[in-house]
Amino acid sequence: MISCNDAVRQLWEYLDGTVEGADLESLEEHLSRCRRCCAELEFAEELRGFLHAAADDEVPEDVMTRLNATLKELGGQ
Amino acid sequence: MGVVAFAQVISEGPNTEPDGKSPTPSFEQLAREQLPRLYAIAKGLVGDAAEDAVQDCLTKSFERFGQLDDPGAARAWITRILVNCCHDRGRRSARRPQEVELSEVEEFSLYRKIAQEDPFPYSDTLHIDFLGSFGPEDVREVLQGLPELYRIPLVLVHMYGYPTKDVARILDAPLGTVLARLHRGRKLFERRMWDYAEETGILEGDGR
Repeated sequence: MISCNDAVRQLWEYLDGTVEGADLESLEEHLSRCRRCCAELEFAEELRGFLHAAADDEVPEDVMTRLNATLKELGGQ
Repeated sequence: MGVVAFAQVISEGPNTEPDGKSPTPSFEQLAREQLPRLYAIAKGLVGDAAEDAVQDCLTKSFERFGQLDDPGAARAWITRILVNCCHDRGRRSARRPQEVELSEVEEFSLYRKIAQEDPFPYSDTLHIDFLGSFGPEDVREVLQGLPELYRIPLVLVHMYGYPTKDVARILDAPLGTVLARLHRGRKLFERRMWDYAEETGILEGDGR
């Protein structure tokens, strides 16, 4: 049987799918009876999505123009 | 690969391998396709210095294109060069990450901290409200304040969805090392999210 602290330490890894074997078994056993750790697991999942959502995928047009110009310049050498 | 060889690659377009492997893209094709992704990653790693880091990356990867043996590894290869360029740019900037207090961070839980401090006493969705107080630029600011050792795996894995084994390849580090840095990086990120909220007062506008 593992403590809440032990369970919480593994939540992100659990979401990654990298907790295996006996560790996975004891973590899932803990989660099945600990509502607070389940809530914390949901929050960890939320936080992961939150990090992903903060990714800035847009390249400003002027930046893209300058980067493409560098590529062209390299190609023309 | 020298300059002439590069020009040949550009003019000849993709090569088809005799053994039926995937064709080798030209440097320009490869780099052009990757530009948005490279810029986005650089933004996560070095913020405002992103454009300079990508410019460095283009020049360096052009110079080393001949060392790329496996076209299938091109994405990881150019990302590795970018990460190194970001490292160099970060070193030159005046900004220094705060000291890391790892032993203290290991047991930190943002979930519990929010519950204890209760920044939104009238809310039923305390934790979600906490996250909702952060804009994307705040999150990037928190990431920028993390030591590079932890910032790189966090940005690559959680912002841009790189599998941890690819990150190990990019960083040329054992998988176990990457997983350990990722673990500490997440904990540190949770801790710094809280510190940032306190320091900037972003929770105050929401009824604290």
